[in-house]
Amino acid sequence: MKMGRLARIAAGTSLALATFVAQAYTETSGGYNLPTGVTDLSKEVHSLHMLIFWICVAIGTVVFGLMIYSIVKHRKSKGHKPADFHESTTVEILWTAAPFIILIGMAIPAAGTLIKMEDTRNADMTVKITGYQWKWEYEYLGEGVKYYSTLTAESNAARQHDGNGLLSGAAWAKTFSKAELEKLKNVDGGNYLVNVDNELVLPVGKKVRFLITSNDVIHAWWVPEIAVKKDAIPGYVNETWAKINTPGVYRGVCAELCGRDHGFMPIVVRALPEAEYNAWLAKQKGGEPATAAAPVAAPNEVAAAPATTATDAAPVEVAAAPAAAAPAAPAAAKDLSKDELMKKGEQVYTANCAACHQPTGKGMPPNFPALVGSKVVKGAPAEHIKQTLNGKGMMPPFKHLSDLDVAAVVTYQRNSWGNSSGVVQPAAVAAAR
Amino acid sequence: MAHHDHAHDDHAHDEHHGPEKGIMRWIKTTNHKDLGTLYLFFAFTMFFIGGLMSLVIRAELFHPGLQFVDPEFFNQMTTMHALVMIFGGVMPAWVGLANWMVPMMIGCSDLALPRINNWGFWILPFAFAMLLGTLFMEGGAPAGGWTMYPPLVLQTGNAFPFLIFAVHLMGVSSITGAINVAVTILNMRAPGMSLLKMPLFVWTWLITAYLLIAVMPVLAGAVTMLLTDKYFLTSFFTASGGGDPVMFQHIFWFFGHPEVYILILPAFGIVSTIIPTFARKALFGYDSMVYAVASIAFLSFIVWAHHMFTVGMPLAGELFFMFATMLIAVPTGVKVFNWVATMWKGSMTFESPMLFALAFVFLFTIGGFSGLMLAITPVDFQYHDTYFVVAHFHYVLVPGAVFAILAGVYYWIPKWTGRMYSEKWGKIHFWLSAIFINITFFPQHFAGLAGMQRRVPDYAVQFVDWNVWSTIGAFGFFLAQFIFIFNMLACCYGWFGRKQGLPDRVWEGAHGLEWTVPSPAPYHTFEVPPVISDNEVTAAHDSVDALDKHKLS
Repeated sequence: MKMGRLARIAAGTSLALATFVAQAYTETSGGYNLPTGVTDLSKEVHSLHMLIFWICVAIGTVVFGLMIYSIVKHRKSKGHKPADFHESTTVEILWTAAPFIILIGMAIPAAGTLIKMEDTRNADMTVKITGYQWKWEYEYLGEGVKYYSTLTAESNAARQHDGNGLLSGAAWAKTFSKAELEKLKNVDGGNYLVNVDNELVLPVGKKVRFLITSNDVIHAWWVPEIAVKKDAIPGYVNETWAKINTPGVYRGVCAELCGRDHGFMPIVVRALPEAEYNAWLAKQKGGEPATAAAPVAAPNEVAAAPATTATDAAPVEVAAAPAAAAPAAPAAAKDLSKDELMKKGEQVYTANCAACHQPTGKGMPPNFPALVGSKVVKGAPAEHIKQTLNGKGMMPPFKHLSDLDVAAVVTYQRNSWGNSSGVVQPAAVAAAR
Repeated sequence: MAHHDHAHDDHAHDEHHGPEKGIMRWIKTTNHKDLGTLYLFFAFTMFFIGGLMSLVIRAELFHPGLQFVDPEFFNQMTTMHALVMIFGGVMPAWVGLANWMVPMMIGCSDLALPRINNWGFWILPFAFAMLLGTLFMEGGAPAGGWTMYPPLVLQTGNAFPFLIFAVHLMGVSSITGAINVAVTILNMRAPGMSLLKMPLFVWTWLITAYLLIAVMPVLAGAVTMLLTDKYFLTSFFTASGGGDPVMFQHIFWFFGHPEVYILILPAFGIVSTIIPTFARKALFGYDSMVYAVASIAFLSFIVWAHHMFTVGMPLAGELFFMFATMLIAVPTGVKVFNWVATMWKGSMTFESPMLFALAFVFLFTIGGFSGLMLAITPVDFQYHDTYFVVAHFHYVLVPGAVFAILAGVYYWIPKWTGRMYSEKWGKIHFWLSAIFINITFFPQHFAGLAGMQRRVPDYAVQFVDWNVWSTIGAFGFFLAQFIFIFNMLACCYGWFGRKQGLPDRVWEGAHGLEWTVPSPAPYHTFEVPPVISDNEVTAAHDSVDALDKHKLS
């Protein structure tokens, strides 16, 4: 190619430079392809994906091959004289028809898989999934088990922005710091941003129907390993299903932009053998609602496998399973000291409130009001408790929290960031319910 | 034109026909060349601003963790980047190129509606001042994504009405431009310039104009309903009031899918013009190129729901939209095959416009392949809203539409300014752009397949490698564009001792009416319609004897 010497140098240097910088800052290689997954359908989807990919590669090889050949051979600098053909109906018909036939070859298996994916009949059990800004709620229909699932406190703390801007040297230093990256790698046992307090626990070998909806904006519930992605839309109940073949932990994320913390509402599915699942379910029914325990029990000690892929495929010890049902309620009846309430309140606040109202209590007006100096927080405790329990406008209700948790978080809000409006005891919350 | 009752020589126009002096020339101008220049300067300013926003995004994503911006501001950046690049960058660039080239290609003196042309342009700075101004408002700029899905977009703060009004203004501007181009092409072709003798850039723009006229009002309707939902207590899209949030998506993508062809069809036209010039060989299958563009335009109206396979449509709907979408591969394939056949056994040289046009064919085809993969509904469930989609549409928009714009500017700037750009720096610009754009977007395919979702400011640690590459590429690509800017400004202002004095036909193999007027093109061209020589207008795509087959108009 008659490429200027300078152009060649520029091209070479830029490639080398990019490679050098990338070498310095890339790490272990993560995945690069769709997971094969752990359901029959996810495997079908994966083979479809590979089939279409290889068809594209084949077509690309032919087309790019011809182009490159032409670019190398048919150039003026080699004295090639232009031919004068410019039209051929035969060829045009041929290269209209050939792709058409290839497309039919792709469409048939694709339609087959799609039809199976949409067939939600004859499910063994149903889980209703509700999206909230920014967490998920899982309800085992007919079982009376229902709980919320949010990003773990550990990931949540690690992901906070320290307020430095683009012009801050500290922010750039942090960006290029390998130590910072190492720190994140160790958060949540290698599952930074893809770990939750309460996992969705499902049995293997059962056809699980998911009913997916939303309480506020549109979310999308996506777990790549089971090839399920469905939008959670307010006013709609979408249906889909999965039948998991292999026990394990499968991680996913919210896939539809849902506001500020869209990137921070992951999904964790824990698939258990049927007996273990039944034991888990029985425990849920008998014990406390799972969420009540969430902020107290550290759920992060679950399997600390390095997260090289989105899945920890290793089978799971049930004992360590979801951080459920740790007894938290007994204290609810007694009065607690302000210190105790504040300490607990901070945990509850971080898990449930900080996403919107911010760790600083300053909120993000106009959508998410500040709690600092707020009328509700400074006003009568009864109104404050009522709003926490029932929600208001965009704010979802927090009735699922225990009396103790609500009392603690209300106390925390009333006595932090310069607020000073007194202590609220669990009894007051119980009375307000 | 009515007052030109005297025969007029293009080559030596009277002084009073020249441009006004000073700033008022640009504010009052109704001249298609001046407005073309304004549109292009505006577009490149917006490319710069949108590019800065993309650098904020890429800086934040270099490593996991939140180093630079709050997630809310990150969402503002992704939203504004898209709006600025689409409505402020690519679309005005196409209107600018149409302004400059359509009259010169079909042999008329100006666009049919010159005052509307001026108005259409001058709406844009106000629209974008308003849109960009929201960055400084309480609550910040819109952060719900450029697709403006409710209910999320209804959570936008004070920026909301400004967003809606800015979109309305952009729509008005686009429609005026589109009507102007369509009316000009249909009514003002020089005698003898039948439809099937028109250069493909004119054809693709004619079809683009119809797409614009058809869908911009749909967008206007959709955003107006958003406005009344937020402020006038209607419930078009609010479920709790009996409305339907998914209906917005249907309406939006009924606009949105033709919109993506609005962004790419003129690129097809430019590439179909440049490849024959530098292959020194007629465009292969001119007629089939026209039919292919028309088919793509038609299909663009019946595929919209492939953007929303995960909303939970009925099976029949999903199947229909999958099949219809796959069909687009047929006419698109025809176009690519025709380009390759045009190159085949040509006598090619590789000046900057040709390099960008060839890169377009390679890289747009890669975007086409990922598009085909995305059409397959069951697999799209996995790809949807991941970085795989981000990679796909950036491949068709940056090395697609933007490379074609760069190719077009390189190709015609000698005609516009009478000065040749520096080929050496053109080539450097090309290689840097081609390398860095692939470093930016190719890894995003892998990140997406591995599970990284779109529109997030932070991500799980296993995606770090792909993001490091992507960020390096983005900064490199951005910086490389300054070479282009200086190269082009040097042509405009005669920097570095660049002298005028190019022949009419700047490129050896170029055909078309624009190459029969002097370089630089005089302020007024073709005040008297040219005599069409079939050899000139059809040499680029057909032979004279083949013309008998289609004496259409």
